[in-house]
Amino acid sequence: MLDPAMGEIIWLTVRLATITTVVLLVLGTPLAWWLARTRSWWREPVAAVVTLPIVLPPTVLGFYLLVAMSPASPVTRMLEAFGGRSIAFTFEGLVVGSVFYSLPFVVNPIRNAFEAIGERPLEVAATLRASRLDAFFTVAVPLARAGFLTGAVLGFAHTVGEFGVVLMIGGSIPGETKVLSIAIFDYVESLQWDKAHLLSAGMLVFSFLVIVVMMLIEKRLGRVR
Amino acid sequence: MSGAAGVEARFRGRLGSFLLDATFNVPTNGVTALFGPSGCGKTTVLRCMAGLLRLADGRLSVDGTVWQDGGRFIRPHRRPVGYVFQEASLFPHLSVVGNLRYGLRRSGIDKPAITFDDVVDLLGIARLLDRPTAVLSGGERQRVAIGRALLSQPRLLLMDEPLAALDRFSKDDILPYLERLHGSLAIPVFYVSHDLSEVERLADTLVLMQEGRVRATGPLPVLVSDPALPFVRMPDAAAVLDGVVMAQDAGYGLASLDVDGATLQVPGHLGPPGTKRRVRVLASDVSLTLKRPEQTTILNALPARVAAVEDIDRYRLTVILRLGRDGTGAALLARVSRKSWETLALDLGLLVHAQIKGVALLDGDSTPDAVRHDGNRGAAAP
Repeated sequence: MLDPAMGEIIWLTVRLATITTVVLLVLGTPLAWWLARTRSWWREPVAAVVTLPIVLPPTVLGFYLLVAMSPASPVTRMLEAFGGRSIAFTFEGLVVGSVFYSLPFVVNPIRNAFEAIGERPLEVAATLRASRLDAFFTVAVPLARAGFLTGAVLGFAHTVGEFGVVLMIGGSIPGETKVLSIAIFDYVESLQWDKAHLLSAGMLVFSFLVIVVMMLIEKRLGRVR
Repeated sequence: MSGAAGVEARFRGRLGSFLLDATFNVPTNGVTALFGPSGCGKTTVLRCMAGLLRLADGRLSVDGTVWQDGGRFIRPHRRPVGYVFQEASLFPHLSVVGNLRYGLRRSGIDKPAITFDDVVDLLGIARLLDRPTAVLSGGERQRVAIGRALLSQPRLLLMDEPLAALDRFSKDDILPYLERLHGSLAIPVFYVSHDLSEVERLADTLVLMQEGRVRATGPLPVLVSDPALPFVRMPDAAAVLDGVVMAQDAGYGLASLDVDGATLQVPGHLGPPGTKRRVRVLASDVSLTLKRPEQTTILNALPARVAAVEDIDRYRLTVILRLGRDGTGAALLARVSRKSWETLALDLGLLVHAQIKGVALLDGDSTPDAVRHDGNRGAAAP
């Protein structure tokens, strides 16, 4: 029942979710910090854009990404000018799509955690000779670690379950873009119910574990603080 | 302009509806209290000094080094200050040791003048070192916070009402440590407080603030007896006298304390001759006679001259005296009724004898059995 194709699907999905989460942590942390601390007029509009994927139908997001990745689009032209190629229907395209799709699930918990720290610990750090960067890494990040863990877990899990965006920009190329949720859909379409069952049950267990782990993390870190 | 020792500060600006316009020059030694009612801007001034708040119209120089002037603004982490906040604000993700070492590691000084062991010893926190910060009591947390600030090797220690968030017992627990700090480290301290009894115990210099402005600056004993300031009209108006122990009479348990213009007899063991002590004499504990009193149980009857008089209400006055027959010594306050003032025909410049019913030690214990029930009275003379 567990054929090699299925291993490939799971490996591809895990790889996609891991890379997306890492990219989001790297890009999302400064964004979350800015959102938590700025008094700029741009704060609310930027926050709205970040949060948009929660409300926006994934197919709509996928549609616009597909337009952006089309051979005629300025984005693709620019890529080509630097020796690249269109990333539609590629793994790289999926990573880009997932980063947009899962952005709010990573940025918002980290932003909330940064906001909860308040001004005081950073002022204390400054009066103890810590530069802003120093204080960020030695005070803000450790104090916001619950937010980072929540963001990472949510971003990972959300990327694993992605369907609409992948359907629009990824297609179903084995080893390249055929991820778990697409595979389940394909198995059902081709009446391979046993395989669909196996993957779905796996996802069910995975999702349950994610929630349990998150609750444990919050409880544990909440006690330490 | 600068180059002189001392702190020259001027901070002007609007914060919401609050207008700050504070200018003061004080020496950089001992403890300077920024004193005034809540909301008078004293914490804002302290934050400006630390660089946590930047007012465009500000100037600050410390011992000749300009920290802020026009476009020049030294960032807070580049200022050699230690800051103790009202709440201890310990880092919750670090242990007590981690908190203490945070500033020490970043001080940039190879051989710190204030060592880890010194601070642990001075503040009595040895047994707290391994504990997580969450289990410490309020007083313990504040002691660790003070130690953390000291270990950053500050040239100026700024304290923002470090006792305000503590209960009475924690306060009494921490005050002796602050006094030891004063005695054993030569770091100038700026201390924000709205509690006069705290300030009387600790401060050498007073910056009196009111509604965003500096009302007066000067040595504390001078300001608390200044007829132009509100202190002398308060119900518990008192003179603060700095003195030096001259002798100790073991038989009667009395010490002679030399203050400017007089020698006081103070019950208790005040330390070996030469020890500096500070006492407080309530205006309501002082009565006046025209002739030198004889055959009285009052220990301290001191010649003094009437320097000023202030009305409290229609019936009561506060008389400001200067000790000594020539009336040039330290100030003393006496509360008298208008009737007595008129009956005795008291007037400015008149020589009187001030009978002092009680002298309270302000800076710590007088004896092992000292009375410490109300925080700032070490002992009371009969």
